[in-house]
Amino acid sequence: MAQKTALARFTEAAYGRGLPLLRRVVDGAQRVVDGAQHAVDEVSQRLLGPDFEQRFRVLADRYERLGGDPFGFNPEAVRSAALASAFFHRAYFRTDVYDVDRVPEGRVMLVANHSGQIPIDAAIIGCALFFDANPPRITRAMVDKWTATLPFVSKFFSRMGQVVGLPENARRLLDMEELLLVFPEGMRGVSKPFEERYQLQEFGRGFMRLALETKTPIVPVGVIGAEEQYLSLGRASWAARAFGLPVFPLIPQMLVPGGQLPLPTKYRIFFGEPLYFEGDPDDATGVADKVYLVREAVAHILRRGLAQRRSIFL
Amino acid sequence: MMPPASVRGLDGGAVLVTGVCGRLGKRLARALHRQCRVVGLDRRPFRDRPADVEHHQVDLRSARARDVFANGVSAVVHLGVDHDPRGDSAEHHTSNVTGVQKLFEHVEHFGIKKVVLLSSANVYGPRPDNPQFLNEDAPLLGAGPFSQIRDLVELDMGSQAYLWRLADVATVILRPAHILGTVKNAPSNYLRLPVVPTLLGFDPMMQAVHQDDVVRAIMLALAPTARGVYNVAGPPPVPLSRVIELLERATVAVPHTVARLGVERLFRLRVTSFPAPELDFIRYVCMIDDARARRDLGYAPAHGLVSTLCAVDEERWLG
Repeated sequence: MAQKTALARFTEAAYGRGLPLLRRVVDGAQRVVDGAQHAVDEVSQRLLGPDFEQRFRVLADRYERLGGDPFGFNPEAVRSAALASAFFHRAYFRTDVYDVDRVPEGRVMLVANHSGQIPIDAAIIGCALFFDANPPRITRAMVDKWTATLPFVSKFFSRMGQVVGLPENARRLLDMEELLLVFPEGMRGVSKPFEERYQLQEFGRGFMRLALETKTPIVPVGVIGAEEQYLSLGRASWAARAFGLPVFPLIPQMLVPGGQLPLPTKYRIFFGEPLYFEGDPDDATGVADKVYLVREAVAHILRRGLAQRRSIFL
Repeated sequence: MMPPASVRGLDGGAVLVTGVCGRLGKRLARALHRQCRVVGLDRRPFRDRPADVEHHQVDLRSARARDVFANGVSAVVHLGVDHDPRGDSAEHHTSNVTGVQKLFEHVEHFGIKKVVLLSSANVYGPRPDNPQFLNEDAPLLGAGPFSQIRDLVELDMGSQAYLWRLADVATVILRPAHILGTVKNAPSNYLRLPVVPTLLGFDPMMQAVHQDDVVRAIMLALAPTARGVYNVAGPPPVPLSRVIELLERATVAVPHTVARLGVERLFRLRVTSFPAPELDFIRYVCMIDDARARRDLGYAPAHGLVSTLCAVDEERWLG
């Protein structure tokens, strides 16, 4: 009988002692991975809420019944964006949502103050209506046509249910009994400097004409917290022209590492009582008066909300 | 296949089809010839022509074409619009614009009461600020960035002028969405590419209509009461990515600037037949609302999404 070779001895050892050892190492790693997976699942479960699947189904069923959305909204896209949105909604901005049950069923227009340099307020209102409203609804915001020329952005907005802001599109959405989010301040509101926070800019009037034509109730909405998320010192019109952007806000915090993220202010979203208007959409003074009433309603919500607030961050 | 619409109110007169030798023209002739007399008019020869279809191989602008109109024609369908992006554009423009002018001259002179013109939804043009669905009153802005389409825009507008001027001629202008099928047009050719390029980060909603649905719309438009401008759409819109997915095509996403430069270069080298401005069709929306055609003409597409899309491959299997 030949002496055992070194290789054979090694093989034996490997099978005898090495393999169980290896198995233990692999098992250990597996447990760590499982644990991490479990932790991630738990966190995402907590962020999304226990009823996420049901909420998602409600939406998916609605658009399945409609035979797809002609604007390109895809419920599956909501699922993929849900975790990131929920993180900002529930953990980062810790949004408090008040009286979301005041939003009536069927066609409705939410009219809100617009602020924060980039339209995070729209996304968080969307979160409130998806995560906190019963039944959940998808928010169709009107975006600037400029975004349609941007790669990825245009696709993302379309899949998330956002629509280029044209009266024809708004009318079609209301005919589909959708929920429309309107910022009548437009670009003036979103890019206003820090010193003008919570001062409503002039309201456009198109939304009121549309509401009168389509007999759509209007819910005034006040968003508190967004106006402090980026501290803008002003607008540089030359830079906007140079880069082909609609506006170019001057935000010093952008220069600090990590300052690109908005400040973690606390968001509070107040939904007002729905307003029902009737009248001639072509009567300019009548429309202006009604727009004034809506603007006052939003301003009132903001005043009350700000009076209640003890801290910007808590 | 759905039974074709029946044609009413011709009183035994013939239907004159210009551009009958195109793919769509042949399909229309086949759908019509059992119901009424069909007269073809085209510069090209009509191969495998049904025996009862009369064909005149003449130019629409020539004096001989006038005699074709004289011979018991009670309706005219104008499909003879030259779209070839390769041809001399000035020559095209002249032939297309004078062609339609001659056509209406003959129609007026011989007291023909029905004209159907095939325009296209492309006359509206793909634009970032388009409403999701354009109706017939939308401005025709297609020629702005895409000069090759200006013939079609001018032809459409010229026909509209005749539509109002000749009050006793029931003129119909049809503006169909992208026609898919065995036809050799840009959208069908695009979807027949072995690898379908898309623009990175863009995935607009798309509308298409099956070639046989367009034929049906033309037949419905031949009804004596039909008059005006009508959009013609097919099944509900879907994103471009879904179209490619349903056709099971390989695809590659190219950044817009690269694609634009590349296509310009390739077009000049005659490697591709797609002019660069056509890229906007896979970048922005250009979709139509055909509620008016559904209401007034009784039009509804017979083909669903899958059968409309798969029509581009039909010839591969049938030979």
